Amino acid sequence: MKLTLKIWRQKSQQQAGELKTYTLNDLNSHMSFLEMLDILNEQLLLANEDPVTFDHDCREGICGQCGMMINGIAHGPLKNTTTCQLHIRSFSDNDTIIIEPFRAGAFPIRKDLSVDRSALDRVISSGGYISTNTGQAPDAHAIPITHQTTEAAFDAAACIGCGACVATCKNGSAALFTSAKVGHLSLLPQGKEERAERVINMVNAMDEEGFGHCTNTEACEVECPQGISVLQIARMNYEFIRAKIFEKEK
Amino acid sequence: MELNARIPDGPLEQKWENYKKNAKLVNPANRKKLDVIVVGTGLAGASVAASLGEMGYNIKSFCFQDSPRRAHSVAAQGGVNAAKNYKNDGDSVYRMFVDTIKGGDFRAREANVYRMAECSLNLIDQAVAQGVPFGREYGGYLNNRSFGGVQVSRTFYARGQTGQQLLLGSYQALMRQVDKGSVKLFARHEMLDLVLIDGKARGIIARNLDTGEIERHAAHAVVLATGGYGKIYYLSTLAMGCNGSAIWRAHKKGALMASPSWIQIHPTSLPQSGDYQSKLTLMSESLRNDGRIWVPKKENEERPPNTIPEEERDYYLERRYPSFGNLAPRDISSRAAKERIDAGFGIGPLKNAVYLDFSKAIKEQGIEKIKEKYGNLFDMYLKITGYNAYEEPMMISPSAHFSMGGLWVDYELMSTIPGLFALGEANFADHGANRLGANSLLQASVDGYFIAPYTIANYLSTEIHTGKIDADNPAFAKAEEEVKAKLHQLAGIQGTKTVDYYHKTVGKILYDYCGLSRNKEGLEKAIKEIQLLRADFNQNVKIPADVDSINIELEKAGRVADYLEIGELMCYDALTRNESCGAHFREEYQTEEGEAMRNDEAYQFISAWGWNGLSQEPILHKEQLVFEFIKPTVRSYK
Ligand SMILES: Cc1cc2nc3c(=O)[nH]c(=O)nc-3n(C[C@H](O)[C@H](O)[C@H](O)COP(=O)(O)OP(=O)(O)OC[C@H]3O[C@@H](n4cnc5c(N)ncnc54)[C@H](O)[C@@H]3O)c2cc1C
Ligand code: FES
Repeated sequence: MKLTLKIWRQKSQQQAGELKTYTLNDLNSHMSFLEMLDILNEQLLLANEDPVTFDHDCREGICGQCGMMINGIAHGPLKNTTTCQLHIRSFSDNDTIIIEPFRAGAFPIRKDLSVDRSALDRVISSGGYISTNTGQAPDAHAIPITHQTTEAAFDAAACIGCGACVATCKNGSAALFTSAKVGHLSLLPQGKEERAERVINMVNAMDEEGFGHCTNTEACEVECPQGISVLQIARMNYEFIRAKIFEKEK
Repeated sequence: MELNARIPDGPLEQKWENYKKNAKLVNPANRKKLDVIVVGTGLAGASVAASLGEMGYNIKSFCFQDSPRRAHSVAAQGGVNAAKNYKNDGDSVYRMFVDTIKGGDFRAREANVYRMAECSLNLIDQAVAQGVPFGREYGGYLNNRSFGGVQVSRTFYARGQTGQQLLLGSYQALMRQVDKGSVKLFARHEMLDLVLIDGKARGIIARNLDTGEIERHAAHAVVLATGGYGKIYYLSTLAMGCNGSAIWRAHKKGALMASPSWIQIHPTSLPQSGDYQSKLTLMSESLRNDGRIWVPKKENEERPPNTIPEEERDYYLERRYPSFGNLAPRDISSRAAKERIDAGFGIGPLKNAVYLDFSKAIKEQGIEKIKEKYGNLFDMYLKITGYNAYEEPMMISPSAHFSMGGLWVDYELMSTIPGLFALGEANFADHGANRLGANSLLQASVDGYFIAPYTIANYLSTEIHTGKIDADNPAFAKAEEEVKAKLHQLAGIQGTKTVDYYHKTVGKILYDYCGLSRNKEGLEKAIKEIQLLRADFNQNVKIPADVDSINIELEKAGRVADYLEIGELMCYDALTRNESCGAHFREEYQTEEGEAMRNDEAYQFISAWGWNGLSQEPILHKEQLVFEFIKPTVRSYK
């Protein structure tokens, strides 16, 4: 296969960036998208050029470290698939592919395709946990949880924190990410004690980090590699309003 | 050096209790004065950092990824073991202890293994309290599945994403402490050296991967929870960034490395399909609960699998190991696959794979049931290979996966350097010569939640009067200079070959000579080849010259430079162990049927290696293994 790549090159946060064009010949269609970038980097290095910086680690779709906009779509054309699990057989011979970083107000660019997503960690640290210290736990069977509840909590907990939802949202909102954690923990009996403070703290943290507001375009759900549903956002809104009402009552 | 694991006295069941009873404590007011560095945010690192933070110590937590949640523990699929006996199928702490010791081919310490099994009970409680959504039955109670090498169901799971869910539990506990101020987080930081003052671990030198800045961090104790180094084989189930650098640099500062050549080659990963390939994705071992492994009986078979009649298939695991069948332990399953592939019965375009077939399970249980159990794995298989495993068997092959070897630690998980602890996959402790599936999430977690918080406190109790450790101490200045010099040296070579070239080459040497099977001649050859490759690397590697900003090739170069040294030590380790045990299969030592031949008389010890300088033969220290409670037998799964 032959592919033409237009890749966003930016030396640092302070410097301006631009799209640069590269052509790769003789690619094996079974290779993954990132393996194609490995090949490009090998060629750049040997030609005394700076290789393209991009984030990746597990290369099996679970760590959430990879992620780029491929022809304007977060993680590229395949549904429910991270960039690292995309293979170039999803493209045609002689295609041109535009590759850009995940862009959002809260995700400053580090270099080329790599962005700083630490804002997502700070949203979690504001309340995305159950407050239990090591050693305090009762027996795991002390509180039965139905199969259905566990599965529903899992659907939310499956989020890999890649930030595709933020990059896809025209407002740069982290509503899907945040609601996935709110949903996961508020569904489980163990998480119910703190549900009010949790949702308020996490929504506030989201605002403080500069993420935009959700205007229900539902674009995020379409690009989520884990298929997290926008119903989680509805649940978060419910939890938020519920918490506010109880707050007033106090 | 006399290696003393300092195992507490008393009967097996009471050793850990006795230890805890006698361990020294630090009073809450003094904890604030004590600093601990934890390198790594996987299950081991995140859990120990969170637990120590909760107790009131000052913690600095480091990882090289952009978020602690991305540590490679996240990728574990199948499950985590615990002897809860919720299935009432005869499980117990003792049985889990026996299974693990036997699975490790009688090359692990009894007291450590028993403690791991004992703490497994608490881990499940802890994880459930954190909100880990383990699979449950309709009545609301936890469900279990079976893994290789055991005959009970003791594996807890969260679909095919158990590692992710466990890690998120400990990540969230960690982030809670970050919010409280007891843990300070340093993501995108890579530890490049360990700093010793008066023989004690007192800090690290780290590189800020965003800015290139070299930083000094001082503390009263240092914990390395930096994961495994199986990525040394390049093609492996590990993440691209997994490395041995943290423990290797500690090794060069005096910590002993134990059993470095004991690397588990996992039987069910996706086969290599071309030389562009960067990793071999694991297909969880849980698939072997319902999948049957076979190859055609005919050499160089060309027919598609579904057209090969039943009687022309060789279900070689069921044939050779009737009582464990497809759930034979990993080392045995991988070797059996290699035996068939080498004999010319491999399948797939490169003839390097075997079939994993679900047709019988689908016929018996229905496609919906199989989807519910393994849906995400089948989806992943489809994404990567383009084939639908509901309709035809998967193609799988063995791949480097887990390092049983690592830093030598005593019962307290402390290395031979006082104040330096190693947890999780980074240490060698509990798995002997072969790890059982689903025991390693367990080990990483119990090391971090339940063991190290006691043993580190015991150590710190002697540090209350030390006062702040000074990062201006000349030892820090010297280590920093050395780190900088090394980085400049790498960036200054400006040769003609990329880092990946060297990584792939050393990986190939190790697969060929220090992989599933080894022999004397091959290992001697590998040592020479690795030395030559290292010399070539030091003259001809090419990376961008800038060390003062983001430089992804520089990061890789440092790790591969270390791999080129670790690989050599692995070969020495394998060469000097004239027996076969677990993952270490020396061709010279096998029975007529091709089974491993252990030699307890001469080799019932752990090899712990001391650094002796570059290209010098390393120094061997032995920790004799004493079996007081279980008698080593010939390991049989027939
Ligand atoms: C694909 C796969 C599937 C698996 N499935 C299972 C399973 O089903 N059940 C099971 O029990 N086990 C499984 N395992 C094994 C298990 O996941 C690991 O052994 C375990 O998670 C290791 O945890 P850890 O905390 O020791 O290390 P890791 O989770 O690997 O964490 C290492 C940490 O160290 C950091 N680090 C490393 N070097 C440096 C450095 N120089 N500077 C700064 N930070 C550094 C990293 O950033 C990371 O945070 C699997 C492994 C793989 C690869
Ligand atoms: S590299 Fe881990 S999800 Fe893509």
